[in-house]
Amino acid sequence: MKMTDIDIKSLIKNRKKTDLQTMISMFLIKFFTYSIVAVLFLILGKIVYEGSAVINRQFLTSAPQNNMTEGGIGPAIFGTLVVVFLMILFAVPVGIFAAIYMSEYAKDNVFNRILRVTVNNLAGVPSIVFGLFGLGFFVLFIGRGYDSIFGAGLFLGKPAMLWASATLAILVLPTIIVSSIEALRAVPRNQRIASLGLGASKWQTIKNVVLPQARPGILTGVILSISRGAGETAPLLFLGCAFFLPQLPVGYLDLGLFSIPMINPAEQFMYLSYHIFILATQSTNPTITMPIQYGTTMVLISIVILLNLTAVIFRYKFRQTMNEIKRV
Amino acid sequence: MRKVKIKVNELSVFFNFLQALNRVSIEIYGNKVTAIIGPSGCGKTSFLRTINRMNELIIGFRKKGEVLIDNINIYNNNIDVVNLRRLVGMVFQSSNLFPKSIYENLAFAPKIHGIKDQKIIDELIEETCTKAAIWEEIKDRLEVNALTLSAGQQQRLCIARALTIQPDILLMDEPASMLDPISTAKIEELIFDLKKKYTIIVVTHNMQQAARISDFTAFFYLGQLVEYDKTTKLFTNPSNKQTEDYLTGRFG
Repeated sequence: MKMTDIDIKSLIKNRKKTDLQTMISMFLIKFFTYSIVAVLFLILGKIVYEGSAVINRQFLTSAPQNNMTEGGIGPAIFGTLVVVFLMILFAVPVGIFAAIYMSEYAKDNVFNRILRVTVNNLAGVPSIVFGLFGLGFFVLFIGRGYDSIFGAGLFLGKPAMLWASATLAILVLPTIIVSSIEALRAVPRNQRIASLGLGASKWQTIKNVVLPQARPGILTGVILSISRGAGETAPLLFLGCAFFLPQLPVGYLDLGLFSIPMINPAEQFMYLSYHIFILATQSTNPTITMPIQYGTTMVLISIVILLNLTAVIFRYKFRQTMNEIKRV
Repeated sequence: MRKVKIKVNELSVFFNFLQALNRVSIEIYGNKVTAIIGPSGCGKTSFLRTINRMNELIIGFRKKGEVLIDNINIYNNNIDVVNLRRLVGMVFQSSNLFPKSIYENLAFAPKIHGIKDQKIIDELIEETCTKAAIWEEIKDRLEVNALTLSAGQQQRLCIARALTIQPDILLMDEPASMLDPISTAKIEELIFDLKKKYTIIVVTHNMQQAARISDFTAFFYLGQLVEYDKTTKLFTNPSNKQTEDYLTGRFG
């Protein structure tokens, strides 16, 4: 009894045919993959080549001079660091606590499912929309509201670092929440059972067992979202990003006998990504500023790549711990 | 002189629409080892987990009937489940140590329960590890990651960890099912020692093991308690036909 009509000869024929198909598809797959990598390296290579020529200590610390055609990008680095720092301060606690609630406490009902879908969708909203939201909600509603209630003149009711970082925080919040939920869920059930079985309460279990194990996973998400926030430009257009500021957004806090310098979050700021944008499109002579653009880009990309590398290391550690637990 | 430690009345357990236990009534005696035997899926583990209310962590759990420990119904509304689990310790089928050092695993429960004095914790750890017959093997490497220990050591460490909460009752869900004969022998010896202080309930698939270590044996089948008697009696002269069939290997 023959099962099929295929005999050995037809197999040989088919094999040749498959070989050709495989070769073509393999070639295409490799070609596209390598082209992407090649494009990436072309861009990076060009930036590093041009950028490293201008980057030195003075470039990193001094302010732009001579109508932006000379000088450094110190204020833009400063502004980026401060805004990102404030963003972390706003986004990380909120994001992690929201994730703990949604993964550990929220019951599986319609409301919570809608909540989850909403958070996921929020991650897909274009960043310019977040910018407009920040302008409307933070600057005009909260800021102006504060000013008119407390008669503070024009104190918080204007685009400023505070609102830029708050808006960026909301922008990166969904990413933090989603990745944190995933990290929390990856902690095996038997670990929670072990802790509860030892008479730990639910919160003690989360705090002492689940969170420490999920920490590298959570950090991965946090760092990736920070690097996203650091590279963001569009929402900052409305939120106090300045073309050029003669002074750093630092105010002096008067304490009577003496005063201490304090970063003033109610001030405008300069930002690396926005700096690239204005040098390339808004400045008087984009050609002359080319070297500065390359230098700025290299600094920005270095920050982002550095953050992503840290994230990779944390993710590696996280996977290792999880595998260790599961191997038992 | 036998003291009833746990009294279960007409206990039925459901997981969604699946009935795991059907009107089980049993009295478990203090400072004795009670073995629970029966084929897979007969409700052994479900029964065990009702005693420290671990079943509640499973979605869809419902129960009827009552479970009394020292004459107090542990399913009363005013019972603090978290504290109940300090009274009723549990050792699980597979070791579930935390990916931390041996010391941190052992100090976890005392710390959570508010013991701050380092000396008391250290003494407690040494005491429980000695009881669990693991102290000699780990005393020089308490800072090593617990997951680097062998499977047998891990399971004994789990027992030691369960003892650090200083429970009254110790539930063991097939504590030796994944171990080699030598580790199994150690754990069996240990169970024998522990009954001086604790009331122990052991779920096991291994009938020889039940015969070796327990004072009383309960045979569960299809969610029902078929027979419950002194181990010597149940194994030599079972009064129920089903028990006899199971023990002689005619099914299960």
